Amino acid sequence: MQEVKKYQKLKNIIQVYLPEDVSVDEIRPSSNFVSELNINSANLVDIILDVEDAFDIRLENEDMNQMQTVADALHIINSKLNG
Amino acid sequence: MGRRVVITGLGVCAPNGVGLADFTKALHDGKSGIRFQSKLQALEFSCQIAGEPLIKANLLERYLSPLQLRGLNATGLVYGIIAGRDAWADAGLEPTAGASPNWDHGIIFGTGMSGADKFRDAIYQVDNKEVRRLGSTTVVQTMTSGISAYLGGMLGCGNQVTSNSSACTTGTESILMAYDRIASGKAEVILSGSCSDSGPYIWGGFDAMRILPRDYNENPSAASRPMSASAQGFVPGSGAGALVLESLESAQKRDAKIYAEVLGGEVNSGGQIGEGSMTAPNSEAVQRCIVRAVQNAGIEPKDIDTINGHLTATTKDALEISNWSEALGLKGESFPFINSFKGMIGHCISAAGSIECVGSVLQFEEDVIFGNINCEDLHPGITDIISGSKIPLKTMSYRPKVIAKASFGFGDVNACVIFSAYNP
Repeated sequence: MQEVKKYQKLKNIIQVYLPEDVSVDEIRPSSNFVSELNINSANLVDIILDVEDAFDIRLENEDMNQMQTVADALHIINSKLNG
Repeated sequence: MGRRVVITGLGVCAPNGVGLADFTKALHDGKSGIRFQSKLQALEFSCQIAGEPLIKANLLERYLSPLQLRGLNATGLVYGIIAGRDAWADAGLEPTAGASPNWDHGIIFGTGMSGADKFRDAIYQVDNKEVRRLGSTTVVQTMTSGISAYLGGMLGCGNQVTSNSSACTTGTESILMAYDRIASGKAEVILSGSCSDSGPYIWGGFDAMRILPRDYNENPSAASRPMSASAQGFVPGSGAGALVLESLESAQKRDAKIYAEVLGGEVNSGGQIGEGSMTAPNSEAVQRCIVRAVQNAGIEPKDIDTINGHLTATTKDALEISNWSEALGLKGESFPFINSFKGMIGHCISAAGSIECVGSVLQFEEDVIFGNINCEDLHPGITDIISGSKIPLKTMSYRPKVIAKASFGFGDVNACVIFSAYNP
């Protein structure tokens, strides 16, 4: 899968969890889910589940701990897909 | 005596009407909300009818964001959110926006249990070793305080935010808890109410107890028969009712519409002693609850012109009338008018008290006493005590001054609240 496509797929997942005052255009690879995108930290587990379903991979608790930014998430997805 | 407390907002999500306008019209017309439930038939319930609010598909988007709707599988929460937010808006209040919550606004909104269907989903996943896949929404939808937590967040309340639970007494109790807190000066505005889930997992236990009617699956609207000689048991229901209670001071300051005043009331328990049990009321406690409610309200029994009973359509209805009559010292023609909305909506379990309190208070607004349905054949044990003319079969024009409302619940618990037309 192309990187652009993966990024778009991930953005679509994240979009659902954005608070009303954060636009989808504000999502950057460097965006921190909680501190910059203002996503409720409780929703990170839901993003993980959506990512698992969308990419057909399984993420472990350690992966979640490392997933601070959008780029982190892409990195983890890539490592699972290639692993 | 503490501060005066008034009702400034109402909201409801009932089997015979969602929203205040539809519910009011339904009560006027004696419209039944009891319908055949094919899912109960498929599950081989004895009682295959129930009262369930009909929520239009696009209605929820007005109350909940797409994210909040995601994975939402808790009917009681949905009903409670609709009723609660409607009541808040009806009171002319806005959600608190800004850096701090409103410290004077609270929520006391009860339920029996929350999110039975969500809990069922979770149980299947857990047993299937998929606990990690439950997501973040299981806890908040299944905790009993889910409804007060959702409403408290939506409205930005900074005072007490809690959910009480006392079976079928829950809704009426929530009003008295809110009343106490406002009267004592600890809060200015409290959204009180209660909700109850729909569905087989809530209603099944009652079906198993053989206390639901079995012979009306073909004729649902005739099934719930409070005060009738042919009553067969209560019809299970669901929904939510919500009332905004407010200090008179606060209501006057914002020039709010005042529906009625809460004069006071009482809650107690029969201790499951004597004739009282987990499921049957101790009459001594019921009468004491009513007597104390009248005393606490600072009125005389004869001041009560209208009663909205608990009256579930079981064999206990005559006993309830007897308890009212003994407690008030009134009988025959001197007994107040009395009605039960359960003929139309069934017994909405933990939502019953608040839905019926909304209906009771609407009688001040509409200048009526709403009619009873399905009791053309009054139980002789009732007409031995009170005159049949005190049980209107159709909605009648009347200007109620003082309405007493009681709810009784499993655990031998009782609540009685006294409402008055607002006199400045």
